[in-house]
Amino acid sequence: MKEKAIVQGFSDNLGARNRKGTIWYVLFQASTVIGILALIALVLNIINGAFGYVAYEARVDPDTLAVDGIPLTDQSKEQLVALLQSTLSSGAYTKLENDKPFAERSREEVYQLIVERIIRPEVVQVWNLWPSLTQADEIRATLASEHPDAELDFISWLSKDFVTRPQTSEAFTAGVRTAIFGSLWTILFTILLAFPIGVGAAIYLEEYASDNRFNRIIQTNINNLAGVPSIIYGILGLAIFVRTLEPLTSGEIFGLVDPTTASGRTVLSAGLTLGLLVLPIIIINAQEAIRAVPRSLRNASFGVGATKWQTVWSHVLPNAMPGILTGTILAISRAIGETAPLVVVGASTAISFDPNSPFSKFTTLPIQIYQWTSRPQDEFRSLAAASILVLLVLLLTLNASAVLLRNRFSRRY
Amino acid sequence: MATNNNSNHKYVIETRDLDIFYGSFKAVTGVNMNVERHKITAIIGPSGCGKSTLLRAFNRMNELYAGTSIQGQVMFEGEDIYAPQVDPVEVRYRIGMVFQKPNPFPKSIYENIAWTARIHGYKGNMNELVENSLRQAALWDEVKDKLHQSGLSLSGGQQQRLCIARAISIKPEVILMDEPASALDPIATLKIEELMQEIKKSYTIVIVTHNMQQAARASDYTAMMMLADRQARSGTVIEFDETNRIFTNPKDKRTEDYVTGRFG
Repeated sequence: MKEKAIVQGFSDNLGARNRKGTIWYVLFQASTVIGILALIALVLNIINGAFGYVAYEARVDPDTLAVDGIPLTDQSKEQLVALLQSTLSSGAYTKLENDKPFAERSREEVYQLIVERIIRPEVVQVWNLWPSLTQADEIRATLASEHPDAELDFISWLSKDFVTRPQTSEAFTAGVRTAIFGSLWTILFTILLAFPIGVGAAIYLEEYASDNRFNRIIQTNINNLAGVPSIIYGILGLAIFVRTLEPLTSGEIFGLVDPTTASGRTVLSAGLTLGLLVLPIIIINAQEAIRAVPRSLRNASFGVGATKWQTVWSHVLPNAMPGILTGTILAISRAIGETAPLVVVGASTAISFDPNSPFSKFTTLPIQIYQWTSRPQDEFRSLAAASILVLLVLLLTLNASAVLLRNRFSRRY
Repeated sequence: MATNNNSNHKYVIETRDLDIFYGSFKAVTGVNMNVERHKITAIIGPSGCGKSTLLRAFNRMNELYAGTSIQGQVMFEGEDIYAPQVDPVEVRYRIGMVFQKPNPFPKSIYENIAWTARIHGYKGNMNELVENSLRQAALWDEVKDKLHQSGLSLSGGQQQRLCIARAISIKPEVILMDEPASALDPIATLKIEELMQEIKKSYTIVIVTHNMQQAARASDYTAMMMLADRQARSGTVIEFDETNRIFTNPKDKRTEDYVTGRFG
């Protein structure tokens, strides 16, 4: 029967077709799941390192430093300073006074000095979060038998103090404030350089440049520049900003040379280097966004006798802005995590003072992480894990603000 | 701002042996036609014969497409608009344009007109200008309570009338319309046609249309375009006359075939 034939045609090989569809479905879903699992593993691994038990032995038991029954933690700043003065050699005390007068140091800073110079806790062993949670009794037992004098504390390496303390060489008092400010200053100059130049170049290439061989070569080169390894930009930055433009990047021509640095290895150089690095990303994304503005809108503007600039400024740019900002978000994410070019440009390994001008020495979070992970002691790996969490939070915060900004722009009529 | 009509010239726009090229491809060949003041001139013809290309040559919009060039002359009030000292921006200011697809700016209804007036240095009462322009475009009553809503929130026909209001807000001398009603339903189309009759008292209109009835109903003059040479695929004006004659007594056999529906 004819009718039956049609029905058969509909269901021919239905099982095989469905199976094929299911296989693709499973493959695509598996790709997504693998990606998510990798991300979860990464985050768990970092969290695992950032918390846990630490066993340490103090050279001087803090309990012995109590004065008149007041424990060390409750003493006033004056008492703490007096303690330092009486315990340290006069030379060491004078040196500290010369670094920064005690009158200017906060109680917290003085307390840290006491921990560093007098109590001098020495880490015996560090445990990650997972063993700390699951094998606490065994950890205690081992420690009691092997290091009877050691104290065991559960430490959250990531803490408010960690974020607000400057960098030091002691694990217990180290913080990432210096690095956070370094990263923020660097990103500021990166954006100041790359955003206007990138958007300007994109406008030129899309709206003004004629389609000739020269401009096509420029376009190809910009596309290729986006794929150049970042360390090469570091070498470029070293040659141009640190060496050639040293009078500018060290602040010499403004008379603002930071006394602790005599070279162009400054926040400004780092920011400009990263700016060059992300410039192609911003240009390419801005070009895409500008190209996506419909021709009819340009026609409308030209059709009422608007000039090219009026058209670009009032119609093309506002409509391309969400796309341009998306590219900028990508660029910031890239720049904030860059390490290699900054190593070449000359990030400082140990500075404890926040950058306070474009001409300051700098370190950034990735540099800090890199340095801590390369230290042999376990406790620094925990510090690195904590600073990775800080870096992730900083990155997400910057991105979120950029996304908010973009959403404001894309709320169109 | 707008210069007074120079009445020394009988025709607002005249073309002389106009050829239009896309790169080396000659899209339009040897057009000689005159556009009379305060009349509606229609350009009709089959798809791909260069109607829109010819229209865009009248206010130098063609130049926005890469690789276009012309030979011959387009005279506006007796002046060659392609002369080297002529600014195309000024040409488009005095010869406005309405497009096939309604394209209001993604701004408020008010701003659509205010921005247009502002870029030409309008310093007068903006509210008044917006109201007058919208009234002339027969849109005021429909939008007077939502001037600060988006131009894109209007219906297609209203959007197109907003585009016309925007075009006339800067008082051009000619308004070019490129199939202004082809994306609209019959009622919206009728409104646009009525509007054209209304504004032709103050403006000269050139309209490209696919719709033969529209040309017959709405225009005073009609230019019939067709591919002159099927090999070269180059269009030209084969007949230009009063609309009546084009539709009732065409001289060219091809025109007759086309307007009576026996084409192709």
